[in-house]
Formats: sequence, structure tokens, C-alpha cells
Amino acid sequence: MASILAVDDSASMRQMVTFTLKGAGYEVIEAVDGVDALNKAKGKKVNMVLTDVNMPNMDGITLIRELRKLPEYKFTPMLMLTTESAADKKAQGKAAGATGWLVKPFNPDQLLGTIKKVIG
Amino acid sequence: MDIETQSEIPSMINSDPDLNRDQFLSFFLDGEEYGVDILRVQEIKCWENATEIPNAPEYIKGVINLRGTIVPIVDLRLRFGLEPVEYTKTTVVIVLKVISAERERTVGFVVDAVSEVYNIENGLLQPPPEMGDSLDLDFVKGLTAINNNMVVLLDVDRLIEDEAASSSHELH
Amino acid sequence: MSIDMSQFHQVFFEESFEGLDVMETGLMELDLGEADVEEINTIFRAAHSIKGGAGTFGFDDIASFTHVMETLLDEMRSGSRDVTREAVDLLLTSVDCLREMLSAVDAGDAIDEERKNSIQAKLEVMLANGSGTQPEKQGSNSGGTGNDHPTAGVWKIRFAPHPHLFRTGNDPVRMFRELEHLGELNTTVDTSKLPPFDELDPEESCFEWELELRGECSEDDIIEVFEWVDEDCDLSISRIEDKSEQNTDPENDPSISKGSTGVTEEKPEETQKIQQKLPATKKKASKKTSNENSSIRVGIDKIDALINMVGELVITQSMLSQISEKFMLEDIERLRDGIDQLERNTRELQENVMQIRMLPISFSFNRFPRLVRDLASKLGKNIELKMSGEQTELDKTVMEKIGDPLVHLVRNSLDHGIEMPEVRKAAGKPETGVLSLNAYHESGSIVIEISDDGAGLNTEKILQKAREKGLVGEEEELPDEKIHELIFAPGFSTADQVSDVSGRGVGMDVVMKNIRDLGGVVEIKSEKGKGSTFTIRLPLTLAILDGQLIRVGRHIYIIPLVSIIESIQIEEENCNSIAGKAELYKLREEYIPVVRLHKLFNVEPDSKKLSNGILVVAESEGQKVGVFVDDLLAQQQVVIKSLETNYQKVDGISGATILGDGTVAMILDLPGLVDLSKKDSGRSSHKEVLMAEEAVA
Repeated sequence: MASILAVDDSASMRQMVTFTLKGAGYEVIEAVDGVDALNKAKGKKVNMVLTDVNMPNMDGITLIRELRKLPEYKFTPMLMLTTESAADKKAQGKAAGATGWLVKPFNPDQLLGTIKKVIG
Repeated sequence: MDIETQSEIPSMINSDPDLNRDQFLSFFLDGEEYGVDILRVQEIKCWENATEIPNAPEYIKGVINLRGTIVPIVDLRLRFGLEPVEYTKTTVVIVLKVISAERERTVGFVVDAVSEVYNIENGLLQPPPEMGDSLDLDFVKGLTAINNNMVVLLDVDRLIEDEAASSSHELH
Repeated sequence: MSIDMSQFHQVFFEESFEGLDVMETGLMELDLGEADVEEINTIFRAAHSIKGGAGTFGFDDIASFTHVMETLLDEMRSGSRDVTREAVDLLLTSVDCLREMLSAVDAGDAIDEERKNSIQAKLEVMLANGSGTQPEKQGSNSGGTGNDHPTAGVWKIRFAPHPHLFRTGNDPVRMFRELEHLGELNTTVDTSKLPPFDELDPEESCFEWELELRGECSEDDIIEVFEWVDEDCDLSISRIEDKSEQNTDPENDPSISKGSTGVTEEKPEETQKIQQKLPATKKKASKKTSNENSSIRVGIDKIDALINMVGELVITQSMLSQISEKFMLEDIERLRDGIDQLERNTRELQENVMQIRMLPISFSFNRFPRLVRDLASKLGKNIELKMSGEQTELDKTVMEKIGDPLVHLVRNSLDHGIEMPEVRKAAGKPETGVLSLNAYHESGSIVIEISDDGAGLNTEKILQKAREKGLVGEEEELPDEKIHELIFAPGFSTADQVSDVSGRGVGMDVVMKNIRDLGGVVEIKSEKGKGSTFTIRLPLTLAILDGQLIRVGRHIYIIPLVSIIESIQIEEENCNSIAGKAELYKLREEYIPVVRLHKLFNVEPDSKKLSNGILVVAESEGQKVGVFVDDLLAQQQVVIKSLETNYQKVDGISGATILGDGTVAMILDLPGLVDLSKKDSGRSSHKEVLMAEEAVA
């Protein structure tokens, strides 16, 4: 079973994402911000990381940059959840090592579609 | 709520709510038969001692512990201004849901004995008669005849409506 | 996959309301001119989350409104816009508007379009006039090259990833699979760039691909597949065969042109289904009011502690059942230990369960910075708000109910307590007045203090007013404390107390009543020219109290232990009566009015003779009373149950509880009892008691 690390500071978004992913048979590890995610990611390997960009303590772009430094996350697909208006964020994210992005707002079907694209 | 009600006295109730609309539980009080909407009946239990409420009207016998909630008990004889009787083995408490002042309350009513469940068709329900000012019959919803006997159907929401007001024009 | 999104709405509303509080607090604290970037960022993030959630859960009005706010905040954050008072004020108004919109949606009501549009327009005007960049249009699509009509054809794609491609987590194989969804795909690998084996780095991508795609798709569809690797590869797409007459029905276009998300296999019907679901869920939500169904967020640590304790309870239980299986008299010691342990477990469990309902009072205090700011500018006063003890915890229910009285007292202090700057200056005080809110725990209660350094209560004016109203006799003189308490008397208000701010027809008597209903008390300390302090003392929780069981005849009542000072055997020679109506008991140097429970409650006692019973001396609203009872029974913790749930309020009774044997017992309400006894002995004789008290004092 593929595992996904889902990072979002918003409880409702996290719930929606987790519910959708679990419903599709993925194992989900939840984290509330970048720091939390980094701690949870260390020492284990997930098949994919899905992170919000704007978060307290550590934002999603920093998280991606930090994760890419870890050997076990060198090639892991990492998607960021971003808004359409944040074109510069996409560029920053790419520079930090993001695989791609999912534009907010999205619905569960779009989420699953995008994830299939990445981890099949 | 309805489901709860039904599960507690399943034998008496048809599971289709539409058919229940006109089902009444009847009981005896001083030789007369009265009926209440069966959907309001939460349970029927034996009389047990109630803790008295200071300075409550006489017809409020007190409160009991009904699985952790505090439920007041009304003696319907006293409420109707009838002669009080000693409570016996057949004395039962009908626990009803009543809605007054836009909230739902659970209240127990002491009656002489529970009788039967009747189906009453809409057309057979007569409005309560005008009795003038001498009798306060607000709580009578209508009258019906079952086997040539009169059954008085009660509007349970009016039975405990605004105690402050009802104690000022008490019925006896 | 169809998911009922409405199940996430409640969490969304709750976190949005919290987010709004964060925004409000943050905005209040911003330093005009040179705001801290991190502070703005916090506000921005809160707005951003609300926007994201609103968009996801289908609240488009809220999303579009928040988007404009977010854009303004973003400009402030990036430094391209100054943090002006005007902007902060507009944002605060927007926060209010957003809160109203959320409440409306939560309750299933329609939002106030007019208000929303007018504020949104103001925000847009500010954005357009500002130094910042133009707001981006909501809903604009990325990657729209205009070539989005899917047509059948053959596409030739050359894809040459840069060596670092793998390190972005992208994989050409997956992209090809994506392309296969669009049509028939032929791939040819170009290995010409492959370095000699000894120079090969397995982490680098060194292949190039020639792809041939045959199918009904547009160039945009193909570009979209490569969207994420746009800058990580060289890509060329060309069409080698054109069959434009096979243009598909234009109705299909929306499903594809919206595809900035890359979900090309999405079917239009599915989108529609989701959109149609939304009105239905809204209707469902409208049945409930927003207060119902309220939930509380509990930290995992608190839950873990509970689980631990339940574990201990289970161990104790199995130990006890083991003892009982083959009980011998010599086991009695072990049985006692077991029961002690059970008692400890139960108590800890109870304390921890109660802990779940405890919230820091900052939830209630948080509204005051805004309130004080708005009110001070309205009144033309300079006021500094100082808050301390915000982390003091109290029960959620108590918190909800204390909110309004607190607001009233704060308004009152601002309006009547703190003077205008010129008046303060003339009195030799600093022009800026200080209003302090403080909270702390003290012996099982929470204490909340509201103090100001204003003018203090005007005792002469209060006394004069009270005399006019007949609350105090013409010749009667009262000590200052008694005069201060008069402001809580029903219908009492001094003439210039009616103002736009606090004279809203709600008097201080309502404040008093609300606090009393919670089992609390208010004290006033006031010194002319120096200021006033209102001290509210409340029980930490409304759910449990330590009670003293007492007996009158066959009736058992409970007196809250916290209000009992002492219980004494009554001695005949200390009993006094006034005109046969009121009774006083001389306790050491004090005369205490006696309350006969049997008389007030009209029940039969063992004996009506005072010397046969016990006097429970208790404090009620700063006054001592002696409650005459037949006997004292056990002391125990009782769970408070409401009488009002199924019955109504009863004078002299604050609630009921269920005793160990399953029967119900009434909990006495001392202030209510005192009122009852005053009514009982009649107003005139009560006055005699008061006067007698003063005479002996």
C-alpha cells in the first residue's frame, strides 16, 4: 500500500485530503506544519509527500527543500498545494525540488487524479 | 427520537410513522378513559418515590432519576382537580415528551392504569365542547368514541404549559 | 469517487472562526507604518487558509471575498504597500463581514450580499489605488495558449529532460503513461547523450525521447502533461497530420480547458454531480442552529492521559473482582486498599474528564482589544488595555455565559470609569487611562478582575438616585460598600449613565443576575478619583461541586461546601427574635439572620426548636446567614443536574443531583434562599432586620 505524507495546517483540508486518500486505499501520515512533517518523515520512507505552502513554523517550500536533502527523499515525488495566484510560489517550489503542484481549490477526484499521475 | 420511542415499546407501535399518526395510548383516570399521542410516549414505568420540589404546585409530585436525567412527575388526578388516591400496584407513570415554550421536555404523568392502543381515524375526532369559563379545557384535543365509550384525547403540550400561569388558576 | 464534502464543513467553520480571531488580534497589534513581516504573515496565512477551505468546500462568495483581503495582505507582506490605519480599519471591517458570512453559511442562512459587495468594492478600490500590484483575477487559468480545441491528429513530441529531472521526483515513465490516456503512443529512445559507462551517474537522466501520439487531444493537453517539468527539459511539440473536420463537439471544451490541474481523465458529468450536491447539503445544514452541535478540540495528550487512567481503572476492577471471588475475612485489608485505589482512579478520571472542558480564558478576553480600541475612539478617550492571566482555564460553559457580563462591565468602565483626557490631565493623571483585565485561580474558583484607573464610583450621586427611587430611606446612611452594591439593584441607573455606549437598556442588575446564575459573585472596590475594580468569582465548572448533605425531616438537601463557613450546635441563649418575625443568632460578636429551611420549603422537620438542630453558617453574597437544619450528613462530590431541562427554575434551588442510592436530592441556592426568606418575612420586617443588624454592629 502506497503511503502519503499529507501536510496542511488547516484541519478541514487535512481531513478532506486524508479521508479521500484513505478511501482510495492509501496509507496517510498527517502533519500540521513543516516541522511536524519533517519529524515524521525522518527515518521512514513514504511514497509521496503532499504539502500545503503557507503554514506556520515551516512553510511547504522549506519543507520540500529540507526533505530533498535527506537521502531517502531524494527522488520521492513531492506535490505542493497552491493557489492559482501564486505563480511565483510554483517557481520557488520547483527550485526547492517540488515534483509538481495541485491548484487549490480542488475536489477529491482532482486530488486522486493528480496523485495517480505521480505514484500510479 | 421517534426511533427511540418505538424501540422501547415495540409491541404497541407500527413501524411506519404515517400509520402511527393517529395512534393513541389510552389510560384510566377516575373511571374515565383518556388518550395521548403514542409518538409522544417515551416509556411506561411503575410508580416510584419522587423527591419533592420545594413550593411546587400540589400536582407536581417531585422529580425522579430517569437514567441520569431529572424528570418531574405530574399527578394527573391532581392536575385535573380530581380526588387523590393511594398509589397502588397498577398505578403507573407514563413518561411523555412534551413541547412547550419551544423546547422539548420529558415529564412523567401518574395515571390509575394504562389501557390500550387505539387507531383513531381523523374524521372520528370531535372538537372539545365549549364549556364556558368555568372549566379550563385547553388540554383537551378532542373526543372520540371507542366501543360506545368516550375517550378524551389530551394535548400533552398543554398539560404542563407554563406552571406559573397554571398555578394561578389551579383547577380545584 | 463521490465524497460528501459537507462532513468537513463543521471543522472548516470552526477553524475559520479561529482564523478570524487570529486575524483580528494580529491586525490590532500591527504597528502602523513599520509592521513586522512575520506578524503580517500570520494574518495572511489565516486568510489564506480560509480562502483555500472556502474554495474547496464550495463557499465561493467567501473564497472570492477572502481572496481580495489576501491580496491586500500579500502586498503589505511583500512591503509594496504601507500598513496604514485606513487599511487596517478596512481589514478589520472585512474580518467582521467575513465572520458574519461564515455564521450565516454555518446556520444555513443567506449571506448579506449587499454588505459583502460594498466591503469587497472598498477593498478593490484600495487595491487599485494602492502602491501594490493589481489584483489577479480570480479564476484565471494558467497555461491557456488558446490552442485548446481537441482535434484528432498525430503529434510529434521531442522530450529531452535535463540531467537533474529525477531529483524533482518526476519520472518520464509516468508522464508517458499520462500521454497514453490521450491516445496511442509510440516511444523511441535516443541514447546518443548516454555517457561512457565509467562516467555514468545513475541519478541523472541522460536519455531523450521521440514520441508519437495519435489521438483526439489538443496541444494544451500535451503541454499539461509536461507542465511540472516545463523548466527541467527541452520540449517540442508539433502536429504532423491535421483532420480539423473531426473537431469534437464544443460542449466538451470546458472539461478540458479547465484542466490546469492536470486531471485530464475527469468527466464533465462528475464535475456537475459535485456542483449539484452543494445546494442540497446547504439545505441540510440550515436545519440546525449554529450553537447546537458545538464541539471542542482536545489535545492528544489529554486523551492519552484519559486512556491511561481508564487502563488503571480496569486493573483495579479486576483486582477487586479477584478478591471478591473467594473472599475471606483476612482479605479485608486488601479489599480496603482496592477500594482506596478505586476511589483514587475515579477521582483522577473525573478530574481529567473535567479538564477536557477547560479552555483558557483568552478565548473570552480576545475580543477586548478590538472592543476597547473601537470604543475608545468613539468616546474620544485614550485607553490602554492590559491583560494578564489569559491562560487561566475555566469550563467552556462558564466561559460562554460569562462573555456578555464581561463585555458589559468593560463597556461600563470605559464609558463611566475612565475620564476624558482633559479631565484626567486637570486631575493630574496621565491622559491615557488604563483598563486591566486579570484572571487567576483561587481555591476552586476562577477570579476575573476588571479594573480601571478612572474616576471611581460617585457615591453621592448613587445614593441620591437610590433615595429618589425609594431604594434607600431619606434619612438612612449607608457605608460606601453598600452604596456601591446599589448599582446592581434592578432598574437602577444614574441619569448620565444612559449613553450610546452602555446605556442600552440593559442594566448592571442583569450582569449581577447572569453571574449569580453561574453560581458566582461580584465585588466592587472603588475609590473616588483613583478608579474601580470589579471582581467576579466563579466556580471553575458547572458540572460538579463539593457538597454538604443535610437533612430536614425526611428530606435531604445539599449545600455547596465552598460557601459553608462553619456548622454549629445551636445554643438557646444566643437565639434572638425581632418582633416575632425575624430571628438572629449571636455567633461570637456577630448577629446572623437565621433561615429556617423547613419553613421556606414547607416541609416537616424533626423539630422546630432551634436548640434541637444545627445551624450551618454560610456566606451568601458577602453576607453571613445561618441555615437551620435537623442534621448534618456526609460530605461528597456531586454531579450537578439541571432541574430546568425538564422542569423549571425553582426558587432557592440551584439544581439537583443523584445520590449513591439513585434518588434525587436538591442542591440549595443560598442567595436564592436569602431572597425567599426576605419574601417570607415580608419587606418591612426585612428592613427591621437590616436596621437591627446595624444597630448591633
